[in-house]
Amino acid sequence: MKFSESWLREWVNPSVSRDELSHQITMAGLEVDGIDDVAAQFSGVVIGEVVECGQHPDADKLRVTKINVGAEELIDIVCGAPNCRLGLKVAVAMVGAVLPGDFKIKKAKLRGQPSFGMLCSYGELGIDIESDGIIELPADAPIGTNVREFLDLEDCVIDVDLTANRADCLGMAGLAREVGVLNRQAVTEPTWEAVSASIDAPISINIEAPQSCGRYLGRVVKNINVKAQTPLWMQEKLRRSGIRCIDPIVDITNYVLVEFGQPMHAFDFNTLNGGITVRLADGKEKLTLLDGNEVTVPDDTLVIADDKEVVALAGVFGGQATGVTENTQDILLECAFFAPLAIMGKSRRLGLHTDASHRFERGVDPQLQHKVMDRATRLVLDICGGEAGQVVEAVSAADLPKPAQITLRRSKLDKTLGHHIPDTDVTEILERLGFTVAVSNEQWNVTTATYRFDMAIEEDLIEEVARIYGYNNIPNVAPVAALNMSDHKEADMPLKRVRDLLVARGFQEAITYSFVDPKLQSLVHPEQTPMVLPNPISVDMSAMRLSMFTGLLAAVGHNQNRQQSRVRLFETGLRFVPDETADAGVRQQAMLGAVISGNQSDEHWSMESNTVDFFDLKGDLESIIGLTAADCEFSFKAATHPALHPGQCAEILRNNRVIGHIGALHPSLEKPFGLNGKTIVFELELDALLQSNLPLAQAVSKFPANRRDIAVVVDEKISATDVMNLIRKVGENQLVGLNLFDVYQGKGVEPGKKSLAIALTLQDITRTLEEKDISETIESVVSALKSEFNALLRD
Amino acid sequence: MQQLTEIVEQALDVIEKASDLKALDEIRVDYLGKKGKITDMMKMMGKLSAEEKPAFGQAVNQAKQAVQKQLSERIEGLKAAELEAKLAAEQIDVTLPGRTLEVGGLHPVTRTIERIESFFGELGFSVKQGPEIEDDFHNFDALNISEHHPARADHDTFYFNPKVMLRTQTSGVQIRTMEHEQPPLRIISPGRVYRNDYDQTHTPMFHQVEGLMVAENVNFAELKGILHDFLRNFFEEDLQVRFRPSYFPFTEPSAEVDVMGKNGKWLEVLGCGMVHPNVLRSVGIDPEKYSGFAFGMGVERLTMLRYGVNDLRAFFENDLRFLKQFK
Repeated sequence: MKFSESWLREWVNPSVSRDELSHQITMAGLEVDGIDDVAAQFSGVVIGEVVECGQHPDADKLRVTKINVGAEELIDIVCGAPNCRLGLKVAVAMVGAVLPGDFKIKKAKLRGQPSFGMLCSYGELGIDIESDGIIELPADAPIGTNVREFLDLEDCVIDVDLTANRADCLGMAGLAREVGVLNRQAVTEPTWEAVSASIDAPISINIEAPQSCGRYLGRVVKNINVKAQTPLWMQEKLRRSGIRCIDPIVDITNYVLVEFGQPMHAFDFNTLNGGITVRLADGKEKLTLLDGNEVTVPDDTLVIADDKEVVALAGVFGGQATGVTENTQDILLECAFFAPLAIMGKSRRLGLHTDASHRFERGVDPQLQHKVMDRATRLVLDICGGEAGQVVEAVSAADLPKPAQITLRRSKLDKTLGHHIPDTDVTEILERLGFTVAVSNEQWNVTTATYRFDMAIEEDLIEEVARIYGYNNIPNVAPVAALNMSDHKEADMPLKRVRDLLVARGFQEAITYSFVDPKLQSLVHPEQTPMVLPNPISVDMSAMRLSMFTGLLAAVGHNQNRQQSRVRLFETGLRFVPDETADAGVRQQAMLGAVISGNQSDEHWSMESNTVDFFDLKGDLESIIGLTAADCEFSFKAATHPALHPGQCAEILRNNRVIGHIGALHPSLEKPFGLNGKTIVFELELDALLQSNLPLAQAVSKFPANRRDIAVVVDEKISATDVMNLIRKVGENQLVGLNLFDVYQGKGVEPGKKSLAIALTLQDITRTLEEKDISETIESVVSALKSEFNALLRD
Repeated sequence: MQQLTEIVEQALDVIEKASDLKALDEIRVDYLGKKGKITDMMKMMGKLSAEEKPAFGQAVNQAKQAVQKQLSERIEGLKAAELEAKLAAEQIDVTLPGRTLEVGGLHPVTRTIERIESFFGELGFSVKQGPEIEDDFHNFDALNISEHHPARADHDTFYFNPKVMLRTQTSGVQIRTMEHEQPPLRIISPGRVYRNDYDQTHTPMFHQVEGLMVAENVNFAELKGILHDFLRNFFEEDLQVRFRPSYFPFTEPSAEVDVMGKNGKWLEVLGCGMVHPNVLRSVGIDPEKYSGFAFGMGVERLTMLRYGVNDLRAFFENDLRFLKQFK
């Protein structure tokens, strides 16, 4: 809501500066978003009258004028504006004037004709009014008067960001009331001569939906002149409220809208067929709106209809066929109370949002219609002439909101605020707000005002009291609470441990959007259909992610494009897998994803650094798994994944359940993601990871451990894990250490086979192992490997 | 005896001249070995009278000790020199970089969330998470935002359908918590939220931390107190804070909290208020018995202020040159 400071001060004029006023209303909950001067700075511009206007002898487009500025001598000015004409009141920048942009007016000669000043346009004075040519001031503008003063250009526009509950301030009357309350100052409403009917112009008004429309006033005004000029003062007030002038009737309805916050509508009376009915649409009716668009009116929409058809969307938009045009002679003014529930959401559904719907859906004072109808009629008669008929009212008093009766308890007030505001202050604040207050026995029985339709419950009054008292006058107090210790499970591993470990291992945490490019994602997950946003920011941010992969890979591409070749990123967050059995049809699962590319480490004077491969990232993953102290519950199994290299991809399992995947990116995905070189990724379910095992201490053996190394040759298809698991099984309790320390293929090993060098550490808890025990164990391991995997001991 | 003295002098002389351990060992054998010159002198004892024997024996022993001592010293000296030479040869440039792995870093948003969690965690607030695709009950209705409430329009919601949407706030987590747990409650819920808006100052996804405390006597002065302490801790500055009346359908009284920026302008950093009785009722908590406060803050906004980040969009580009600044 934009309003002019000086207009406000016509209503209520506290002796506070502009900045203080702005601070005051901000701190009352009407946040000031901005303050703008209504005109740029300039000086030396006065009102003059064109008393001679002749053609320039040497220039077709210039006029040579004499201007009366009230001084002894007329001033010669050459002017190029097409609207410069005899008798016009103009804004004259005299010699010595300084216009915006530090433009100094000096004596000049234009094509040989002397010119002692300039006739100004709005633009030249830094006033945001679109117009061709120079400013045309009203005929009664006093010659010689400073233009800044005459147009009240020291004024500013204050833009208040009103919250949805304070629709009462969507008009000057409400704002002034609020400022009056804050400054303990009375508000002066404008006065006008009430309009009594001079003609008999009855109209039938029928409300069929009284719950949606509790009051409808209609009044016919005949023989108006729609070609009349909207007076400058009204134009300026509208402009400073951010409203464009259209024609005097629209301007007047807009004017009362910003003056009182009451929307009105004017019909061309002669286009209406019979009387007015306020009813719900039947769902089949069509209406061409004032903006030319045709809509099919949904069936629960409140409409204004004449005897033939729908003529307006109640409280939202008028119809084109019955709108006021330049040929209109007679009008029907509408001033109604439409209930918020009848308007809420309706205009939005049709893609419409108007100043009227904005107010009606938030609330309008149900007692305001008669006053505003009179105000508007007076303005119509004053500006456009005509004769007014009687005000016809259809009303359903029972359906009009009543001022709320609310009891405010002292105990509740104190308990809610944690601060005691004295009785007298509370009473005074409530009364200043215009409420009727009866004090009794530790409580206030309050009857609120119809214009504060946001008041309904005790908390509303508490807020009002606190707000006017000043939030910042309430002390800051440390909360008091019972010290309840909540349940803690040691085995629930905090995510922080995982994050910190990854950071220590050189990973940077990424946060990518939860919605990704559906095209890229379909390359990663061709077999799954994601949830898609019907109204995304853009198509490439429209598909909910099915994994961390798409976002992380795109982030790698982003960095590689910016000369960051060594990338180690991880991300935690939800993936969204459509699933009819889940809430809202989607499984929202917390995942951990990671990606690496580039070299293992930065170039170093004494360290070799190769391009990363599968085992670099697997090592990182194994470290994380190590945090759970449940390494043996995890396993890796060769698998396939559409995004991953078929020979370098594994399922990650915990207790034999697949909880994720790790692998090298499939080379065919490198180009679409803009990636260079090898990229390794993993992703796993966080919930499955974050369960750790508690330590269970074992006795430490006092007896020496013995290491024996064996090298076995097996088929290269046989997985190392299977070999190790078998050794572990055979070795039983005496096997306290097992380490695969070499894998060899090449000379000396048959093609298609591989040699695994494995160190076994044997130890017993009760005795020193004899050579015999050790060789027996090793022999049984070797023979088990032979029978299971056809493994041969390598010499 | 004369002979003994000469032998000792001779021995001492060659010890002195010996240049390595090998030579010294030869000298030892030569003089002190089984057939050494001084050992041989001992053998002469047999030829001496009983009176002469003690003095001679003593002299030979002394000679032996003198040579032994000199030998040992010389060996020590040579060993020391050898070690020194070895150490000198092993000198390195200690300023060369070590074999390290550059550490990474948490995302600045996570860093801020962790700080907030620790401040409130210390006061007994537990961290709660919830779904990001929400139903209209948890995102709106339970928060006293009815279907056609104008506040719904302010949210620029990403709808999947009229009943299902990306959450516009993490308040749904508060509702879920209150549905399942009875007061006293102290929770904070950090997480991603979504609004259909993308420009210099808006990204369609951002993070909020919301807090909720419900107990028998929770009040507005306490809300002011806790947020004031929080902001002072967060910025580690005693900055000016103001509470400005505002409106949220789910709190009453409601406030927005501004801090005074370095440029002398107020900056909004928080929204808060006393939980609206309708919200408490919607989750079966008696508003006459219990009261609560709730607050919500934008994590990116706080992070930008704290670390001088100017472009909101940088948070989600994941450019390493940006991320690596947060160690």
